Amino acid sequence: MKFPTREEMYRALEERHGAELQKKLSEASVAVCGLGGLGSNIAIALARAGVGTLHILDFDKVDISNLNRQQYFPEQLGMYKTDALSDTLRRIAPYCNIRKDCVKLTEENIPVLLSPVNIICEAFDKADQKAMLVNCVLESMPEKYLVAGSGMAGIGPSNTITTRRMMKRFYLCGDGSSDVDDGMGLVASRVLICAAHQANAVIRIIAGEYDV
Amino acid sequence: MVKINGEQLDKAGMSVADLLADMDTNGQRVAVELNEDIVPRAEYGSTFLKDGDSVEVVRFVGGG
Repeated sequence: MKFPTREEMYRALEERHGAELQKKLSEASVAVCGLGGLGSNIAIALARAGVGTLHILDFDKVDISNLNRQQYFPEQLGMYKTDALSDTLRRIAPYCNIRKDCVKLTEENIPVLLSPVNIICEAFDKADQKAMLVNCVLESMPEKYLVAGSGMAGIGPSNTITTRRMMKRFYLCGDGSSDVDDGMGLVASRVLICAAHQANAVIRIIAGEYDV
Repeated sequence: MVKINGEQLDKAGMSVADLLADMDTNGQRVAVELNEDIVPRAEYGSTFLKDGDSVEVVRFVGGG
């Protein structure tokens, strides 16, 4: 079968999502900070939806312990997550504009690296890093939309994971309390629920639907 | 009275830094909103709560 052209793929998305929403999605640029269980799944959902520009950022390599929930394959072990995930994203959405930065985000580089995008997803795993990114974005980049995740460990009920609009441009997904440091492992199904909340919050923002 | 994470508490006059200590919260793992605006981390000690304020202390937990 012939490989689909850019126009064919766009038309297929338009048919599913409607022309108006697809135009907004294709013009959107979203950063995904951290490419673990949340970030790899968020990025794939956004690529499938036809988000035009995805900026993926992580400093880490694919480890065997990631495979229970993160969107990597055994043959990708040892690769940088930015390289492994961009390979997968290109297979899913060959015409998506993917920007990758293999870098650890800090207070200093966040305002520089994230300045081109409109919407930022926080998808780190460590609580102090989540807080650092959220504070840094809200303090120094108030014009950005920010979608963060906190609390998705274990196999607790699905329906305790919610999306809350904390501030005009800050959304927080998760149950707010299930902490991986309390000994609860991360399980694919529940991490995916949180990632899906984050991805859907991003798509709603792109669509101009700001309520939760 | 100050509304803290949805609960009316007698915390007027207290600084955000003292509130976090009072809540036994790790200041490296939170974001604090005061009346729907972010409180910059450098201003926790110099931001004092007033009657009628609404504060949301977002405590991040690990996992992702």
